[in-house]
Amino acid sequence: MSWTGNVLRVNLSAGTCATEPTNMEWAHDYMGQRGLATKYLVEETDPKVDPLSPENKMIFATGPLTSTIAPTSGRWSVICKGPLTGAIACSNSGGFFGAELKNAGWDMVIFEGKSASPVYLDITNDVAELKDASDLWGKSVWETETTLRDRRGDPDVRVASIGLAGENGVLYAGVVNDLDRAAGRSGVGAVMGSKNLKAVVVRGTVGVKVADPMALMKSSNAAKEILAEHAVTGTGLPTHGTQVLMNIINEVGALPTRNCQDVQFDGAHDISAEAMAEVRESDGQANLVSNHACFGCPISCARRSKIDPTHFTVKDKPQYQHVSGGLEYEAAWALGAANGVNDLEALTYANFLCNEQGLDPISLGSTIGAAIDLYASGAITEEDTGGVALEFGNTEAFVSMVEATARGEGFGKELGQGSKRLCEKYGRPELSMTVKGQEFPAYDPRGIQGMGLTYATSNRGACHLRSYTVSSEVLGLPEKTDPLVTDGKAGLVKAFQDLTAGVDSSGTCIFTTFALSGDDIAPMVDASCEGDWSVERFVEVGERIWNMERQYNIAAGFTGADDTLPARLLKDAAKTGPAKGHVNRLDEMLPEYYELRGWDASGVPTAETLNRLGL
Amino acid sequence: MHYVIAGAGPAAIAAAEHLRELDGDSEVTLIGAQAQPPYSRMALPYFLTGKVSEEGTYLRRSEDHYENHGLKLVHGEVTAVDPISHAVTLIDGQKINYDKLLLATGAEPIIPPVSGMDDPRVQQCWHLEDAQRIIELAKPGARAVQVGAGFIGCIILESWVLREVNLTVVEMGPRMVPRMLGEKAGGLLQSWCESKGVTVHTNTQVKAIESTPDELQVVLESGEICPADVVIVSTGVKPRLHYLEGCDIDVDLGIVVDAHMQTSQPDVYAAGDCAQGLDFSTGETAVHAVQPTATEHGRVAAANMAGANNLPYKGSLNMNILDTLGLVTCSFGAWEGVAGGDSAEMYNPDNHQYVNLQFKDDVLVGANSVGYHEHLGVLRGLIETQIPLGEWKDRLKENPIGLVDAYQGVNQAALQNG
Amino acid sequence: MHKALVMEVDACTGCHQCELMCSYGKVGAFNPAKSVMDITQYDGGAINVPSTCTQCQEAWCMVVCPVQAITVNPSTGAKEVSAEVCVGCKVCTIACPFGAINYDPDSGVVTKCDLCGGEPMCVEACPTTALAYVAEDSTGYDKMLRSATLAAGLDAPRA
Repeated sequence: MSWTGNVLRVNLSAGTCATEPTNMEWAHDYMGQRGLATKYLVEETDPKVDPLSPENKMIFATGPLTSTIAPTSGRWSVICKGPLTGAIACSNSGGFFGAELKNAGWDMVIFEGKSASPVYLDITNDVAELKDASDLWGKSVWETETTLRDRRGDPDVRVASIGLAGENGVLYAGVVNDLDRAAGRSGVGAVMGSKNLKAVVVRGTVGVKVADPMALMKSSNAAKEILAEHAVTGTGLPTHGTQVLMNIINEVGALPTRNCQDVQFDGAHDISAEAMAEVRESDGQANLVSNHACFGCPISCARRSKIDPTHFTVKDKPQYQHVSGGLEYEAAWALGAANGVNDLEALTYANFLCNEQGLDPISLGSTIGAAIDLYASGAITEEDTGGVALEFGNTEAFVSMVEATARGEGFGKELGQGSKRLCEKYGRPELSMTVKGQEFPAYDPRGIQGMGLTYATSNRGACHLRSYTVSSEVLGLPEKTDPLVTDGKAGLVKAFQDLTAGVDSSGTCIFTTFALSGDDIAPMVDASCEGDWSVERFVEVGERIWNMERQYNIAAGFTGADDTLPARLLKDAAKTGPAKGHVNRLDEMLPEYYELRGWDASGVPTAETLNRLGL
Repeated sequence: MHYVIAGAGPAAIAAAEHLRELDGDSEVTLIGAQAQPPYSRMALPYFLTGKVSEEGTYLRRSEDHYENHGLKLVHGEVTAVDPISHAVTLIDGQKINYDKLLLATGAEPIIPPVSGMDDPRVQQCWHLEDAQRIIELAKPGARAVQVGAGFIGCIILESWVLREVNLTVVEMGPRMVPRMLGEKAGGLLQSWCESKGVTVHTNTQVKAIESTPDELQVVLESGEICPADVVIVSTGVKPRLHYLEGCDIDVDLGIVVDAHMQTSQPDVYAAGDCAQGLDFSTGETAVHAVQPTATEHGRVAAANMAGANNLPYKGSLNMNILDTLGLVTCSFGAWEGVAGGDSAEMYNPDNHQYVNLQFKDDVLVGANSVGYHEHLGVLRGLIETQIPLGEWKDRLKENPIGLVDAYQGVNQAALQNG
Repeated sequence: MHKALVMEVDACTGCHQCELMCSYGKVGAFNPAKSVMDITQYDGGAINVPSTCTQCQEAWCMVVCPVQAITVNPSTGAKEVSAEVCVGCKVCTIACPFGAINYDPDSGVVTKCDLCGGEPMCVEACPTTALAYVAEDSTGYDKMLRSATLAAGLDAPRA
């Protein structure tokens, strides 16, 4: 119940698809999606494996609540060893694909090996088949999705695929589903590309049954009511999307600007949610067309945008003049503030390209920002960039870099390796704003101290979605803490990390946690699944997952020394705003965090901790 | 007022019930030739497969339905109509007077003019009794030859396959269901049937059926001989009209009616499979012999009978849907296209999928589909409203399976524009 | 006076919660493929149109059914399909000009909205005001009926 009980194992080397029962013992210990798939990966692969080799595995996973009436039940994840970091990679996506996969009767699809030639996986309920994708190789996500829908002749199929970025081995290539929803981070798309797997197309009409439907409806209705009445999930996100944060974070003085040279961006308003809703002079329309919901989501935070058809980026390019996925806060920041670009239409175009070719806009934007810094420092010149004068705030230069990376051309190939490798190559590793090789997102840890610890300890490299302390430090949810204070942040980060690992393993969206607590979410899992799922068990599963991921990374070669931040954040004080004069004081938080985690001083889980969690 | 309805099929019952609604005090008499309560030929294939019992084929559920609605059922066959004296004669000589008469005598199977048709192992599939007889003959492993792959032939295919009969189909037309499906669609249906183990011969006729005590031999024009334990003949139907011989009512392919469903004689109307009524797509008259047309005919005729011809009819849209061994095919309106028209097509033989849309300017006028069963009704909506598709026509040409999007999009656009 | 299920396009975000609940009511599982409430998305998801049977007066499906499998529930006005009676001939699915009654190959019969006996589960599930179950004289119903009439565009005679 709630789990389908079926795992599809696809051996790309042999070209076979086989069904096996879901390991229910593991499901009870790791729930589903992120937790359960990671457990499979841990059990089945060597942590030292080359992420882009056939020996790495990639898992598409749904959670027990995916495609149920629980609010935000459209989530699914891609799990593998990540090529950007060499650490565990788990990228979470919404849209409709995950629900369709679950409706077809699958908890997970495990991809192993590597196909000799490009293939796609075609799933209709319990029938799964690998098919030739030679004609799809070289096509964008958008073309692939349309082609497969036509080929299937079914308007209701759902597709997840890679674009040129995944094919070309861009180390932050994502897997994109439903045209503009993405398992975006950590390069899971490059892993898919390395396996010669272009796409998965699925149609599911089996449906999902839960243990106690009436109890699930009751707990779901209660959760929906809380979400509807909450200022963030009921008003802020539906109205402004995640972009509601642009002006807020800028005012807090935590908007990483020009590769973290600054913490405030004078162009922030120009690229904010408010600007997206303003009517343009050119065509009398706003950039924002409407909001949109992922499957089963009452929040509806996604943006639908239309670029000004007269803008230089899309003029004479009808394929970019239609309505498509608009800017999220992270993308607007990474493509905009991180590069000093305040041209909303150009950023929207860059975002469209990221969706079209399957790129993570956070890593892309941050890497371009690092390249501009390299250029400013003289480490690279126009000779390297193909004649482009890479300067902060130069919109045309920025757009040309995005296009080059999306297509794998010229300097774009180097940008496609991420900022860590780029900066190392040109002898300036300190200019890379990364942790464990992954670019960090839109919150400057000098202005929001907890986010420093969040980035430093995130198991998939710098990430805001592993413990979003912004919620507490800026938004005051569930209770307000001072963003410039380090006291208590270790506990806050641990609590967020464990809860988030649980939510990420359930099949629902982390955004619910602005309004919902574990006390609201656990009852939905309890109603859906076999066994008793108290909030304590839910959080304990989260903690177990966190430690399992940590163990995997340690086995992969990471140590406590990797739990750090770029020197710029630790040494160069913020120049303006409320955080002026502050650096991130990671050293005040990290030891306490290790202690709270039950890890030794070098960041290794103690035997006692592992024992307590059954690891 | 006494309304008399010759016939007890879907058109007759639809008319009778509507007359009762519109004219509560009237007398309504139905004259049915079949022994059973009024039943539906649409349901016979499902009786053949065993999905429903005989009662399951009845047009109305309760035994006393007709009595409860004040509808008088007379068992008998009309043999003559006298428009002057306003009377019909039944086979037993009984005369029934009417104030207004509706001819809804339906259709009858066409018997091909070949020898051997009188062997008891050669069966029509038209009446309930035929179906009962076929059920006895079609034993598992039996060899069956079905002559004709028209509309009825294709629906009943499934019952043979489910009965594990070895089936051969012979169709004289160039493809299966030639009157409903174009070349590609008919071809897909054929390959589908073949993939289910059915042998299909097209473009050939049966020359003779030769009997031996052990088996039948169906001799084809091509020279091929198909041995059979049972032969089912479904070579199409024609309006049942013989009782009108010598009667001054205009008959062409069927009984010709005007926009009020009235025949050339006042107070005499016709509806259903025997009627040649207005065709929505062509503006001419045609015999459709399909259920939607029959029930519409019945209701429109009733309205005009009860309301002094005050309800003109813009004609029926010819439409058909078939489920042949699980493959659903359908046709609407001018599916073969119109002069100066335009079309959109999606052909996916690997999946047995096909969509063909026919346009006149930016209005949908006809369609064929194979392999789809959802939201097909929107095709009727788009065709009958003649709603301009605007930009959606181009989108349909690019993506013919985006029909529901187009339907909703056109509808929303029309709403926006008031 | 009967109540009507009113669908407001502008308020629909395309979340499909209605389909989840509807399918649960129909088949006892969360399975949007079995929902008789359908969300049509186009223009990159900017427009989401909820649609289902409007329980129209004309009831082409009911009139055309050869075996009287579709009847009116007097308490709600809903045209309801009897799965026991339906033979699966599909003629209603081409007769309904809204495409609102459809064949389900798994059950072998047609399905359509029955207003859940007067407590539509889709309305309960809808997180916005896109779906409402209101008196037939409400403005929303009037607007939706206009949409339905546009779609059908058929003369009344068949009523």
